Amino acid sequence: MSTPSPDNAANINKLARGLIYIALILFAIYYLLPLYVMVVNSVKPLSEIREGNMLSLPSVLTFEPWFTAWSTAQIGVQATGLKPYFMNSILMVVPAVAISTLLGALNGFVLTKWRFRGDNLVFGLMLLACFIPFQIALIPAARILGLLGIAGTTQGLVLIHVVYGLGFTTLFFRNYYAAFPTELVKAAQIDGASFFQIFRRILLPSSGPIIVVTVIWQFTNIWNDFLFGASFGDFDSQPMTVALNNLVSSSSGVKEYNVHFAGAILAALPTLVVYVVSGRYFVRGLMAGAVKG
Amino acid sequence: MAFLEIRNLEKTFGSVRVLKGIDLDVEEGGFLVLVGPSGCGKSTLLNSIAGLETTTGGSISIGGRVVDRLHPSQRDIAMVFQSYALYPNMTVAQNIAFGMEIRGVPKPERDKAISQVADMLQIGHLLDRRPSQLSGGQRQRVAIGRALVRDPLVFLFDEPLSNLDAKLRVDMRTEIKRLHQRMGTTIVYVTHDQIEAMTLATKIAVLKDGLLQQSGTPAEIYNNPANLFVADFMGSPAMNLVPVTIGSNGAAVSISTGRSDSEPLVLSIPNAPAGLAAHAGREAIFGIRPEALTDRDGADRNARHLAESECLIEVVEPAGSDTFAVTRLGDRQVTARLRADANVAAGETARLVFNLDKAVFFDPESGQRIL
Repeated sequence: MSTPSPDNAANINKLARGLIYIALILFAIYYLLPLYVMVVNSVKPLSEIREGNMLSLPSVLTFEPWFTAWSTAQIGVQATGLKPYFMNSILMVVPAVAISTLLGALNGFVLTKWRFRGDNLVFGLMLLACFIPFQIALIPAARILGLLGIAGTTQGLVLIHVVYGLGFTTLFFRNYYAAFPTELVKAAQIDGASFFQIFRRILLPSSGPIIVVTVIWQFTNIWNDFLFGASFGDFDSQPMTVALNNLVSSSSGVKEYNVHFAGAILAALPTLVVYVVSGRYFVRGLMAGAVKG
Repeated sequence: MAFLEIRNLEKTFGSVRVLKGIDLDVEEGGFLVLVGPSGCGKSTLLNSIAGLETTTGGSISIGGRVVDRLHPSQRDIAMVFQSYALYPNMTVAQNIAFGMEIRGVPKPERDKAISQVADMLQIGHLLDRRPSQLSGGQRQRVAIGRALVRDPLVFLFDEPLSNLDAKLRVDMRTEIKRLHQRMGTTIVYVTHDQIEAMTLATKIAVLKDGLLQQSGTPAEIYNNPANLFVADFMGSPAMNLVPVTIGSNGAAVSISTGRSDSEPLVLSIPNAPAGLAAHAGREAIFGIRPEALTDRDGADRNARHLAESECLIEVVEPAGSDTFAVTRLGDRQVTARLRADANVAAGETARLVFNLDKAVFFDPESGQRIL
């Protein structure tokens, strides 16, 4: 046998590359198929879905299911559509993400740059919070919300999500700030900057990547949460996920699959947008935290 | 009362004593260099002066004011860090002005101070750049500029040159010295590089294991080391330290050491001080700097006591300006410093001259200086 000529090697390389691409494309199709089914069926009239072919493109294009899902569908007992619940979710997610990210950053700052006796123990306990199953906390949480008088309100849900998210956000920021040069903090101290001035002027401006990571993480988790929303939400505070469940399970009589599909997409849309917009930073941020230092 | 006074300073981390009672003074306008191997506590001492570490005992005063309980920003000091510690999100100008901004100095005044400092350090063209766009030497200048603009009572430098390449380091060293001469501000400077210490300092403090080994002018430290550690640490090539036996023959005192390749070396020391004679019959460590061990041509003509001996040269190291010849006394390697064109060759013997005026003796057990 002779050694393969460069030509041969190049051909083999091309073949391998082709196979890899085919495999990747197949995987992509496999993963995109559910989305395709949802999108296609959300723009068909119900009669067309009943005929049975879920995979075919719509012969009559209609956006009626989207409008129905958004503003007139029966959710539980009221025909309000998903609109008010979408607003509930936004009103819950935005402050919860903002507060938990900010507190996580502060915690990370203190745990790495203002070390105190027992700081590692405190950090260990906060880490533990990441591993507590939701169900365990339900009854104590309900009791506390009741005592505070914010049961069934958006503020109550914000509080629950902030507390639950704190373990993760602290972990993210602590690990990121551990690699942040302590000499910068010392220099700022000599310059006379206070605790919060150092945090705001020195630490935060350099925290872009980890803020993106934390915001994506918290946004998806809180937006997708069902258990807390179902347990602690009322009509004017229930989030999108609970409403979607009610939409799908409460329609008496005819199951309007096209409306369900449209509603599901609506419910998933914000997280999808967040990922598409900042997904690159997510990967980059994770890397920055892990390798730097 | 000295300008900067450190009294019996103690620092413990848990059960580890990092500083074990340091006493040190600097006069106003002095340049104190803290030098020692890594882990000797020199950086901790500097951070204690800065107020970045809380001390566990003792006291520090700057300009007659005890600063132990003061926040770093109120001690009237400025510090240059090893990593420069420039704020990455700010421009050079903002970096320099950050302290003033925090103190609420109005903008026109800040701008004036920035341009003054920028002129002095020739960094005017860099003011709008960010630290990531600067070279190492430029960052160093900006870091110094940020300290200068404070116009403090004391400048603190924490190994400021150790991140620079060799050539730049020498240039910046000169520049820091020039800056000190021009400003006349008191400086405390930490380094592990004994050449930096020798060239910059008006006063050197050698530390080891949290203890002050010796403090004094560079010449004192170099010529009269207090113990074996200081003798060995300061100077490059290091001082030759040879175990010898001290003998006494009436008025004359002699020292002798065995040699594997020829008969023992015996050097007689005429008019030896009484201190040495008292150690007759005992072991001692004989210390002699390479430049006090030369050939006949290179010997100091003003020296009072010269002794000569044939020595087998093991290695010859030409260094351009000098030639170093390595021989062996006792079981120690001994370096002699000869003229660049000295006629020596490895494997041959050469007549070496010991300048005994410069010789020092140490107790082998305690390491302390005998004479």
